[in-house]
Amino acid sequence: MAGSPDPRATGPAPRAVTVNVPIRVPVTAAPAVARALQARGRLGGRVSTLRRSVGFPWTAPTWPGAVERPPVERSLGSDFDTAWARTPPARVARAVLLEGVVRPAVGAVASPTVTGTDRLAGLEGPVIFAANHASHLDTPLLLTSLPAEFRHRTVVAAAADYFFDRRIKAIASALVISAIPIDRTTVSRRSLDRAAEFLQDGLNLVIFPEGGRTPDGWAQPFRAGAAFLATRCGVPVVPVHIEGSRRVLRKGGGGLRRSSTTVTFGSPIRPEADLADTRALSAAIERAVAVLADEQAADWWTARRRAASGATPPLRGPEAGPWRRTWALGEGRRSASGPRWPA
Amino acid sequence: MPRPGFVLEVDRSTPPTLMWHGEGFRLERLPVGARVVYAPEPVDALDDPDGAIRRALLNPIGDSAPLPALLRPGMRLTIAFDDISLPLPPMRAPDVRQRVIETVLDLAAEAGVDDVVLVAALALHRRMTEAELRHALGDRVYDAFAPNGLLRQHDAEDPDNLVHLGLTDHGEDVELNRRAAESDLLVYVNINLVAMDGGHKSVATGLASYRSLRHHHNVRTMQHSRSFMDQHHSELHSANWRMGRLIAASGIKVFQIETTLNTDTFPPSFAFLQKREWEWTVRDRASFLAVSTALERTPPRVGRSIFHSIKAPHAMTSVQAGEVEAVHALTTEHVYRQQLVEVSGQTDVLTMGLPYICPYNVNSVMNPILVMCLGLGYFFNLYRGRPLVREGGVLIMSHPTPWEFHPVHHPSYIDFFEQVLAETTDPLEIEAKYEESFATDPWYRHLYRTTYAYHGVHPFYMWYWGAHALQHLGQVIVVGGDVRAVRRLGFKPASTLRDALEMAEDVVGRDPSITHLHNPPLLMADVT
Repeated sequence: MAGSPDPRATGPAPRAVTVNVPIRVPVTAAPAVARALQARGRLGGRVSTLRRSVGFPWTAPTWPGAVERPPVERSLGSDFDTAWARTPPARVARAVLLEGVVRPAVGAVASPTVTGTDRLAGLEGPVIFAANHASHLDTPLLLTSLPAEFRHRTVVAAAADYFFDRRIKAIASALVISAIPIDRTTVSRRSLDRAAEFLQDGLNLVIFPEGGRTPDGWAQPFRAGAAFLATRCGVPVVPVHIEGSRRVLRKGGGGLRRSSTTVTFGSPIRPEADLADTRALSAAIERAVAVLADEQAADWWTARRRAASGATPPLRGPEAGPWRRTWALGEGRRSASGPRWPA
Repeated sequence: MPRPGFVLEVDRSTPPTLMWHGEGFRLERLPVGARVVYAPEPVDALDDPDGAIRRALLNPIGDSAPLPALLRPGMRLTIAFDDISLPLPPMRAPDVRQRVIETVLDLAAEAGVDDVVLVAALALHRRMTEAELRHALGDRVYDAFAPNGLLRQHDAEDPDNLVHLGLTDHGEDVELNRRAAESDLLVYVNINLVAMDGGHKSVATGLASYRSLRHHHNVRTMQHSRSFMDQHHSELHSANWRMGRLIAASGIKVFQIETTLNTDTFPPSFAFLQKREWEWTVRDRASFLAVSTALERTPPRVGRSIFHSIKAPHAMTSVQAGEVEAVHALTTEHVYRQQLVEVSGQTDVLTMGLPYICPYNVNSVMNPILVMCLGLGYFFNLYRGRPLVREGGVLIMSHPTPWEFHPVHHPSYIDFFEQVLAETTDPLEIEAKYEESFATDPWYRHLYRTTYAYHGVHPFYMWYWGAHALQHLGQVIVVGGDVRAVRRLGFKPASTLRDALEMAEDVVGRDPSITHLHNPPLLMADVT
């Protein structure tokens, strides 16, 4: 019966092998198993020895209690240095990623339709692209929809507190979408000054003037950052409306769902004459995006007439309680006829 | 703004402390409550060192005219400079001596001075090799002077080239290099690495003979220097100052140029050696592991050559020129600004890790006598006020202390170790019974004068250097040293720091206070 797996087998009293887990196995009954467990025991011993011995300098040093910790030097958030992401190797890598990975992925889940690019004909950079913002999909969708002459010379203004809060996110954001950190939680001109430097260096800028994704499907008030930059640098703003991205990937709404999207580019708005004032320009940008939304939902001529009469449906939705705002979106009732905008 | 040095009290969250161990390191966990004295961070370097040198020469300190006013055609000008023992480790090119000497020579050339000789102020040290001279002076200076015999190395045993200037009021002989003594102007170019260097010691020691040096390089002087790093309480300095004043009174015009360096001691690949352990970055830890692992697998000879190839990124923090004493007072302030760390109270047990280098083994072997000299001589004496360790306390040093000597550089050390220390380790007895025979031995004298050997009496001086510590301490323990070599030195060997601390308790009692000197980078304890 030697070699039998039966532990009740006859023979000398079985010896026990103790390993680092409390298992008792009769050696004579199961020599192969016992050998394996012995080996495991040795290995376990080594692992526990290694665990004990691994400390400083293999691990980070602990800090003596008597020594005051210096303030941490910030290298994340708005202090994250993205200069490396604009070096030629990083630009080549980004172009490969954008064309080889991002564009097919966006095409697969969002089936984008791009309209209005003819309005950009003859436009020379730098340019600010100002779009409504409903989803994380908006940035890759917009970047891959940009005409080629703008696509690879564009940086994206991204929330410093969200995209640059951890190193890995910061590196990925800077590399893949050429994001630059913008403070949205504090009143700081530093971020805007830095964005202005990029424009002055000839780079285009994608900015979402709402400052974040819509929480309920309706647009939030446009902040003045895009208008300020345009006024300061004397560059045109191209209004952009993105429709449908919230259906694909919404804020706090779980995973991806395949749906179609539309990206509509409007005519460039130049910070001249009566739009030299930042506030007026910002309002003009918001109105232009609302007209593009109307154009996408209805048709160009209808939208133009509503715009001329001041009857363009507002981006921000009705002034009503939360359920009525949600109801007015018409989401989930897509089979019904009627407009699907502006979500 | 560099941070000053400070004293850490070890607690449970203090990471292990780096200790030098010759050509290697140990990470030791010190007992809770022990203190660790950390050096100040390197002070800022001069923005324009060449400009600062020129300004110093044109605006001298003390009773001295600007250097150009002291230079004239037809004069005899001698430029003496510190030898290979400074700085430590040797600094990255260009060496401070090169910068200063080139500026002095520029002014001499402008003044039309033809008779210029450069002299390495060796005292009883070994001669410098061509490579070492080229590193210290630069190729331009070397190639202009050495081929014409105008770059010389002081020979303390050459009777034809020494001149006896007289006796001090303490009856001390002052015998100097003849060329220096008979020059119209002696410019001395110094590197003041520690507070012991410079001042009158530059000329009175660097260019002197054995006959002169024996008056202050002796046991009595060292035992009365508390410490020899504090010139105001140092008999070594008092003797040198007496000699310096006699030199001045003899009509020898000395124009002293002193420089100080910061403690930026190791290149970036060894940056962890001058950081506080809890501030080690991932890179520092990776460097430490890589270096430690590589050294474990490297033959000692290769490891030694790697360490001796390190060139320190030392930067000049000050330069002052003019009359010796006025210059040195300012220099000392700069040294203290960089190195002084205030420490409250003495300790029962002082621990220290000894590195691979001391002033006398540059490009050479750190033999057991030099281990003693570095630990009990230099590091023990890096104090002002009171010694860091109390009288009767214990000194624990970490060093492999190999029974190994450089046969060319240290021939008399071998005989000193084999013969003298086998008989006695008492400095006074050694001095009385053996010094003269070694100092006057014709073979050692021949080796000193014609090869790269230290003078026959030099190992005695190394032993005297530790005389104050030997007198002060209750016991000396060497961790991780060659047992036979350590016993020959008269010290106790220990395998680990924990063993050494247990052994120390036999001398100083249970639960002793412990202080670790985290050195180098160099620091000087200001013990209150």
